[in-house]
Amino acid sequence: MDTALRPPVIARPAPTRHVGLLARLRKSLFSDWKNALATIVVVALLVRWVPEFYNWAVVRSVTQPDNDACRALDHAGACWGVIAEKYRLILFGRYPFDEQWRPLVATLLMVAMLVASCTRVLWSRWLVAAWIAVLAIFFVLMRGGVAGLTPVETARWGGVPLTMLLSTLSIAAGFPIAVLVALGRRSHLPAIRSMCIVYVELIRGVPLISVLFMASFMFPLFMPPGITVDVLVRVLVGITLFSAAYLAEVVRGGLQAIPKGQHEAAAAMGLSYWQTQRKIILPQALRMVVPSIMNSFISTFKDTSLVTIVSLYDLTGSLALALGGDANWRQFYLEGYLFIAAIYWGFCFAMSRYSQWVERRLNVANAH
Amino acid sequence: MTEPIINFEKVSKWYGDFHVLRDIDLSVAKGERIVICGPSGSGKSTLIRCINALEDHQEGRLTVDGIEITDDVKAIEAVRKNVGMVFQQFNLFPHLTVLENLTLAPMWVGRVPKKEAEERAMAQLVRVRIAEQAAKYPLQLSGGQQQRVAIARSLCMTPRIMLFDEPTSALDPEMIKEVLDVMIELAGMGITMLCVTHEMGFARSVADRVIFMDQGQIVEQNTPKEFFANPKSERTKDFLSKILSH
Repeated sequence: MDTALRPPVIARPAPTRHVGLLARLRKSLFSDWKNALATIVVVALLVRWVPEFYNWAVVRSVTQPDNDACRALDHAGACWGVIAEKYRLILFGRYPFDEQWRPLVATLLMVAMLVASCTRVLWSRWLVAAWIAVLAIFFVLMRGGVAGLTPVETARWGGVPLTMLLSTLSIAAGFPIAVLVALGRRSHLPAIRSMCIVYVELIRGVPLISVLFMASFMFPLFMPPGITVDVLVRVLVGITLFSAAYLAEVVRGGLQAIPKGQHEAAAAMGLSYWQTQRKIILPQALRMVVPSIMNSFISTFKDTSLVTIVSLYDLTGSLALALGGDANWRQFYLEGYLFIAAIYWGFCFAMSRYSQWVERRLNVANAH
Repeated sequence: MTEPIINFEKVSKWYGDFHVLRDIDLSVAKGERIVICGPSGSGKSTLIRCINALEDHQEGRLTVDGIEITDDVKAIEAVRKNVGMVFQQFNLFPHLTVLENLTLAPMWVGRVPKKEAEERAMAQLVRVRIAEQAAKYPLQLSGGQQQRVAIARSLCMTPRIMLFDEPTSALDPEMIKEVLDVMIELAGMGITMLCVTHEMGFARSVADRVIFMDQGQIVEQNTPKEFFANPKSERTKDFLSKILSH
């Protein structure tokens, strides 16, 4: 064996490779026959469908609200005129036409508030106060009856403001419930634990539609005569309880991933149960399940479209209302659905990007 | 003899059907430094974890700092305020910086104002020679550094008793010394220490008493000098021959 000391090796920079664009493409898209085949199939599909869609959606389309021109197209081109004709009905549902500036202002306020809430520098006590104020203004604007605004009953609220109200409130109220239920399912108190298990399993065992039916039609039967709860509130409670049950399981998954040592260290320092959860366990558990939480939020947002079946006209319901009631435009439902799909997609994509940003920010602490 | 700070009277504990602590009688005087050793599964970790009620005992009486350990949550929280613990796996809070790890309990349990808690924390970090890492997150530190942070974290609550549960067992060999040095320094402070460890050099130099446990019982206890020179039971001799043979 060679026991002589070798001279020390000085650290040197990693070799850099200069590769042209063509070579890079070749490597990433045509590295072997399977990869090449996949590339060719995808390109062929794009070549087949993209120009066709482009022709339909742009080249041959009619953008004027001209019913005769749209009919003349015979679906060879998109009739965006239907949107131009019906957009107010789609966006605001059955809300009185002349008062629709009110839902518009209310929606813009809500969107501004949501954007503000996602901005790190604005996180403070004031944000909570601002939310209470904005929600109050939202209800005053929508409901009217004060400050010279004509009253509008909740049954006539619709479109985007209704979708946003239902999803924002059910997410905001559902999240704390979900956290409590998730903690409850891990409680060592049997009564609390079994109550939480029954809640989650019961709600998860039924479709949202049946929860909405119960909230809308069965719940009033159990109320003492003379007491009525607004249908919007009942539906809101239904969606909240429904989404909270799913979210609770997501949160519980995060809680289970926290090592026992974290609980022990917190306990050994004299932290109480609630201090431990708030300061040690939940911050770690929740950041672990950010993608799944956002998944739940997005699905709650889209689930609000089911309120149509109990005669509340959210964005999806308003579209059906706008087109269904007009024989001239009814045939252009495809364009209408593409339009609201784009709105839904815009919201969901924003949520998804936000969740990615949150993840990146939270990962700072775990960088090794 | 003055009132013992920790007193076990016929304490027994079971994990299911396994009798892990069997009628333990042990009293610890204030300021005493005790090293507990024994084979794995002998109940030594369980013994010290009973002191701050991380494990509950089913029979016997256990009194810590004048408070009897029962299932009364308030009594347990009162005991824990005065008992610090250092774990084998450090158990630092990875989502908090080193400084935040140290100020958390003083601020939330001790109701100390933030500024004062931070000053105290920095003083402890200086003591364990890691003040320059205060703004880092635990996972950015080496094992030895993390364990020193964990020690500093316990000290921030100014405990009267410190429990060490195999504090060097998860460390790379070259980091054991930096942790032991800190512990030796602590031993000179007059704080009551109970340390589960196999670092016999540490036991020799700082312990007032070495306890050998096997099968849930205290088999033998003595001053380190006597313990290592004249072990009385066969079981102790056998154990010592295994850990000191090389």
